[in-house]
Amino acid sequence: MSTHVNAPTPTPAPAPVAAPAMPASTFLRRHWAWLAMLVLMLVLPWLFYDHARGRHSGFAITLMSEMALMAVFALSYNMLMGQAGLLSFGHAILFGIGAYSVAHTLNWIKASGVPIPVELMPLVGGIGGLVCGILAGYVATKQRATAFAMITMGIGELLTAAALMFMTFFGGEGGITTDRVTDTSIFGIPYTRPIQVYYLLVAWAIIAAVLMYLQTQTPLGRMANATRDNYERTQFVGYDPRVIRYWQFILAGFFAGIAGGMYCLVYEIVTFDTLAAVKSANALLATYIGGAVGFFGPVMGAVVVVGMQSGVSLHTSAWLLYLGVIFIAMVMFAPGGLLGLVANHIPIARMGRLGELAVPYARISLPTALASAGFILFVELVTHQTIGASQGKKFALLGQPIDPGSTIVWVASLVAMLVGTLWLRREGSFFMARWNALIEDAKARGIMS
Amino acid sequence: MEVFVVSLLNGLVYGMLLFMLASGLTLIFSMMGVLNFAHASAYMLGAYFAYTLSLYLGFWIALIVAPIVCGLIGAAIEMWGLRRVHKNGHIAELLFTFGVALIIEKVVQMTWGLIAVPYRIPEGLNFPLFDLWGTQFPAYRAFMLLISALMFLSIWLGLTRTRIGLVIQAALTHPDMVGALGHNVPRVFTLVFAAGTALAGLAGVIGGNYRVTEPGMAFSMGPIVFVVVVFGGLGSLTGCFIASILMGLIQTFAVVLDYSLADLLEVFGFIVTKATPGSEFLMVTLPRIAALLPFILLVLILVFRPRGLMGTRDT
Repeated sequence: MSTHVNAPTPTPAPAPVAAPAMPASTFLRRHWAWLAMLVLMLVLPWLFYDHARGRHSGFAITLMSEMALMAVFALSYNMLMGQAGLLSFGHAILFGIGAYSVAHTLNWIKASGVPIPVELMPLVGGIGGLVCGILAGYVATKQRATAFAMITMGIGELLTAAALMFMTFFGGEGGITTDRVTDTSIFGIPYTRPIQVYYLLVAWAIIAAVLMYLQTQTPLGRMANATRDNYERTQFVGYDPRVIRYWQFILAGFFAGIAGGMYCLVYEIVTFDTLAAVKSANALLATYIGGAVGFFGPVMGAVVVVGMQSGVSLHTSAWLLYLGVIFIAMVMFAPGGLLGLVANHIPIARMGRLGELAVPYARISLPTALASAGFILFVELVTHQTIGASQGKKFALLGQPIDPGSTIVWVASLVAMLVGTLWLRREGSFFMARWNALIEDAKARGIMS
Repeated sequence: MEVFVVSLLNGLVYGMLLFMLASGLTLIFSMMGVLNFAHASAYMLGAYFAYTLSLYLGFWIALIVAPIVCGLIGAAIEMWGLRRVHKNGHIAELLFTFGVALIIEKVVQMTWGLIAVPYRIPEGLNFPLFDLWGTQFPAYRAFMLLISALMFLSIWLGLTRTRIGLVIQAALTHPDMVGALGHNVPRVFTLVFAAGTALAGLAGVIGGNYRVTEPGMAFSMGPIVFVVVVFGGLGSLTGCFIASILMGLIQTFAVVLDYSLADLLEVFGFIVTKATPGSEFLMVTLPRIAALLPFILLVLILVFRPRGLMGTRDT
């Protein structure tokens, strides 16, 4: 892997004068993505404001809170996967321990009356995750690559099972319930309404994301990249890859713990699910779908995964299948994830020839839409037969009820899938020919190495 | 004594089942250096195929057809999926099999429903074979032992006595050299992948009715098979065999021995009560942590002996 999207890209005309204080325009140009994200996160809840009832849509707020905490979780996962090349199958233990420690702290504040502000709870979660990272990381980072993945999987399974076994800390199957309304806020906010919690989460998500971004610029972050790309050479240079892995793991634990603390504030209940393999898999899916090579990839992935999980799952029980198919498609055709797909267009855009891709894109979009429509229809038909019908659901397409028993619908879905796939193969080769020609041209002009 | 012998036999049956799954995975793992997350999914598919086939054609036909179908699916996954992903590196390959496992679980749920299917032991084998101090030993377990022993024998003979077996063995450690000698290494890979998946399918056919056939069976079995493979060591079928039997025995005996650390302390004169600090931890009995033992072993072996029991190189 030779891509360094994280590295500052060489600007075509570098300014020779290093200004001691950065002018506002430079700051804007360099960090527009951050500012756009912040504005978006602050404004979005108001788009779902229910004027009739004078309050925010509860579903939208919960969804966005989940996206915010999942984004932090996925970013912390990327500290291991993208930054250090460590594939973890037990990242959720750091998240879960963070969540549990916040639940216990909140309960303790309630019981003892010690005025610790609610605003600091994600930090408490972070410390919990940090401690867990120190303990688990000591064992896990002794190895790398596949062995590391297996150890993290083993520790994850161990802790999940232990959570069901030990009642005092984990609360067994019922989990630990808590109450975020402690009247200890610094700003005097009661946190009784979800929107208040959401804005607290936004603040913490931004803090955590900025810190994680800065971490990529530190010597540790750079050395983590080095161990990922060539761990033997890192040793020759005089670093111990194990120590780098360990530190990286601990810091990832800290940020995963922050995400866990955010989770506890939103849901006010922490169960063993927060530690379980499914949660770890979600972080993996979000990070990979979004793209592990760039910093913002996991954020995009978190939005997609949470959207599928909470939005699409309202309409179909097969959402996990779609997510799996998207994941497989990403692994096979776009190892850089969504962010990688966008980044691939940059050299073509620099040449100013992005318009030439319009026709090829239009030509592949039709067969893609046809094949996907056929596939989705087929999957939904099958799901309806086995799961939906028993739950008493009605089958409808675009609001129009269809009889799932009729042969014509099945044939139509299969034909659409088959024709779409064959057509896509034809158009796909046309697209690739155009694409490769453009990329070759970009290379010839020295825009792309 | 009675408990001991019965547990020993049950442990053997379970261990041989594990071996059937793990032997294929060990070959795939040593060859490609990639853990195949979809391996246990083939086990699940085998059980479900056998269930459906046995409804219409009977168990004996299912015993032969279901593994073949699984093998074909495995070959397809290798040829059109894994091989394409290979150029993107090990992590991509691992994630690919992970995604395949996710999809297979979902497809199984969609096709056969969310709850367990009534896949039962065939009538012809549903009788007690012999009595051991009043406890009956079912004939089906003996049949499972027989099938897995036959399979072990044929794998061993196939790998050591046939030409293709020798090529496979060579390709495990020196794929480039084998390729340079004119053997089609990708095809050997496909063959091993298909055979391994077929074996997992066979394990599903005979294990699905011994245990439960439900959509969660792949994700509950998968990690244990990983443990066996890592424990046995890469590239060693013998190590894999020993690890499987050991794991089967450990898990069976752990369920039977109803003791805890508190009981051990009692021997030395400490009486643990609810008031003792850490009593929750001390009073956990062995059967309750039986499911945990494989993972404790996994972590320990990877930390202290990453090459496993008889492996030739590190995981």
